Amino acid sequence: MMGNFLTPRCLAIAVAIALLAALPAWMNGVYYVNVASQILFYAVFALGLNVLVGYAGLTSLGHAALFGVAAYATAYMLQLGYGHTESILVALLVGVASMAVYAVLSLRSTGIGFIMITLALGEILWGLAYRWISLTGGDNGINVPKRPAPFGFAMSNATNFYYVTLIVFLLSVIAMAIFVRSPFGAALRGTRDQPRRMNALGYHVWLIRFYACLFSGLLTAVSGILFVYYTQFISPQTLALTSSAEVLLMVIAGGPGTLLGPIVGAGLVVIVKTVVSGFIERWNFLLGAIFVAIVILMPDGLVPGTTRLWRRFIRKRPPAPAKTEAAP
Amino acid sequence: MSRKFSRRTVMAGTAAGAVAAAFKFPSPALAQAAPFKLGLLTVKTGPLAQGGIQMEQGVITYLKEKNYTFAGRKVEFISADTGGNPAGTKTKAQELVEREKVDAILGPLAAFELLAITDYINEQKTPMLSLAGAEDMTQRRPNPYFLRPSATSAQAMHPMADFAAKELKLKRIVTISEDFAFGHEQMGGFQQTFEEAGGKIVNKIWPPLVTPDYTPFVAQIGDCDGVCQGFAGSNPLRFLKTYAAAGLKFPVVTGETGGDDALLRSLGDEALGMYSSCPYTLDFDNDSNKRFVAAMQKDYGIDPGFYASGLYVAAQTVAAGLEKTNGKSDDKDAFVKALRSVELKDTPRGAIKYDHFGNVIGDFFIRHLEKVNGKLVNKTVKTYHNVSQFWTYDEKKFLAAPVYSRNYPPLKS
Repeated sequence: MMGNFLTPRCLAIAVAIALLAALPAWMNGVYYVNVASQILFYAVFALGLNVLVGYAGLTSLGHAALFGVAAYATAYMLQLGYGHTESILVALLVGVASMAVYAVLSLRSTGIGFIMITLALGEILWGLAYRWISLTGGDNGINVPKRPAPFGFAMSNATNFYYVTLIVFLLSVIAMAIFVRSPFGAALRGTRDQPRRMNALGYHVWLIRFYACLFSGLLTAVSGILFVYYTQFISPQTLALTSSAEVLLMVIAGGPGTLLGPIVGAGLVVIVKTVVSGFIERWNFLLGAIFVAIVILMPDGLVPGTTRLWRRFIRKRPPAPAKTEAAP
Repeated sequence: MSRKFSRRTVMAGTAAGAVAAAFKFPSPALAQAAPFKLGLLTVKTGPLAQGGIQMEQGVITYLKEKNYTFAGRKVEFISADTGGNPAGTKTKAQELVEREKVDAILGPLAAFELLAITDYINEQKTPMLSLAGAEDMTQRRPNPYFLRPSATSAQAMHPMADFAAKELKLKRIVTISEDFAFGHEQMGGFQQTFEEAGGKIVNKIWPPLVTPDYTPFVAQIGDCDGVCQGFAGSNPLRFLKTYAAAGLKFPVVTGETGGDDALLRSLGDEALGMYSSCPYTLDFDNDSNKRFVAAMQKDYGIDPGFYASGLYVAAQTVAAGLEKTNGKSDDKDAFVKALRSVELKDTPRGAIKYDHFGNVIGDFFIRHLEKVNGKLVNKTVKTYHNVSQFWTYDEKKFLAAPVYSRNYPPLKS
């Protein structure tokens, strides 16, 4: 590892981080900085879902409900008059705890069964948010009057909020990278590809999946908290099935089981949803068309698809020095 | 110009993950004779779309009439679809304020959308004229940058309740309305005035906004001599069909959304006899309404209703406010002050003015739904003049009581 910092990969990462860090400077206008913040926290959300969809082979259709639970927990604690620190901690706890309950109920099966159970659980939480009016305010939702200002760093400013989101995002990406390379990550991929063999090798498949769920829940809760501070408002629509489907599409479009995929997917969906919708009234249709195109042309997602095209392009040229690719 | 650039950027951004080409943005140069930018937050998808599309048509009708010029300034109109969900409303409000740098916002449509952005609007000091109900926006949680040229949720319901009790002589009423702020507040206002006039609310039924079938809710209606419905968007159509199909014959009273003139072409005989209270009525006889109705029929082939007229009046208010400041809108506080001091004599709903919270004071019309020459019409039977959001109540006492809600006033058993 040492002395390896000048590889193209490391350079690319450094350039990407530098570009992201300088984004408020070269992005003209607060609006686009806000869009970038949205992309980043949705990317954290998609990374969280990718732990299950990509690495554990478990497709969840109820993740927006967990996202919403963390957001509601934050808003509710703030409404009760607690400080930001307590609210965030409680929200993280509530988010992970709900994921644990989710996992215990839904890990009884895999495949379609898992999808249906998570879908049902998501709908239950949506129903609670909608109907438990004394707690959630029903359709009127809960307002969050103020964003926190840690150490006098006022997050009410769009640029400052962006930087906080960026830090959280980078930490999440690092956590994901460590997770993917760890023995635990390898074991999780093992349970995805060969659960019976893993079992025979002495791995506790259920427990591995359970821990993966918790990790996914943690990232989801983190993004939910960022979301509620971003919009300063939470209402049941955030928990609805369409939101769950949206984040799943981010993962699938970008490339499940890759580190970069969910981030690219989040960028795609958020940009079409917020920016392009200002120009094209039928943006839903456009998003649908893009997904159909991805499914036909790059069934494994944008990131793996582009990498494949790129390799083919390189191979056609005179052979480059052999390169060992450490596939994430 | 800037549109073209940003569109190109968007495409590039979509392809390259929003990294490339963004430095091409031109800085917005604010010249002296810059166009006045008017933003609209509306809903073009979902159950509220029927009203949302009319909102846009109402604004455009007025802009055309004025040849897109207010107080000598060219008006640039930017419409955004919120999708009827609060997070979308926030994003679109940011788009209008931060990217388009609009001078005033019209809309949004629904109370829960308005509640999601009120703090933001206050922070950004952008004047906003909405027809969303959300009582407290002009009452207990006033927003200095907000005006409501239509009516609070309960503003039309107070006269309706008065009429139902005193003229229709109804005694026991069941209310049914969507389970969100607008519904709660409409029914709260109705209940308060109706019970003070000697009536009694027997039951309050709350179907969700998106209800595929009203049968189970209609089945709960009984033990009464009248029904008050407060549905919005296209829901009144489906409710009234289910109501008639269930064989119920109790007279129905409703507010501005439930008996909207724009719904009539989609309604059948099941709606005959319904009374509605509305800040606008199609048969109102003055010049501005004749112009408005003729233009709407010519351009869109429809009769305008509450949504279109509400936004037409909102646009009229913006134009009149801009006249008062001689076309200046840079000083937002002065602009809002001018907007709130606007008094209009000739609007499609008659003369209006604003109270110190920015809420409208104007006439409210009680209409009876009849069939004339084979066509359904809302015939105005009574006009309540100069109705304020506080009805006949003392402002201080009114504001000291809690806001109308699902459980306030409580049901008396």
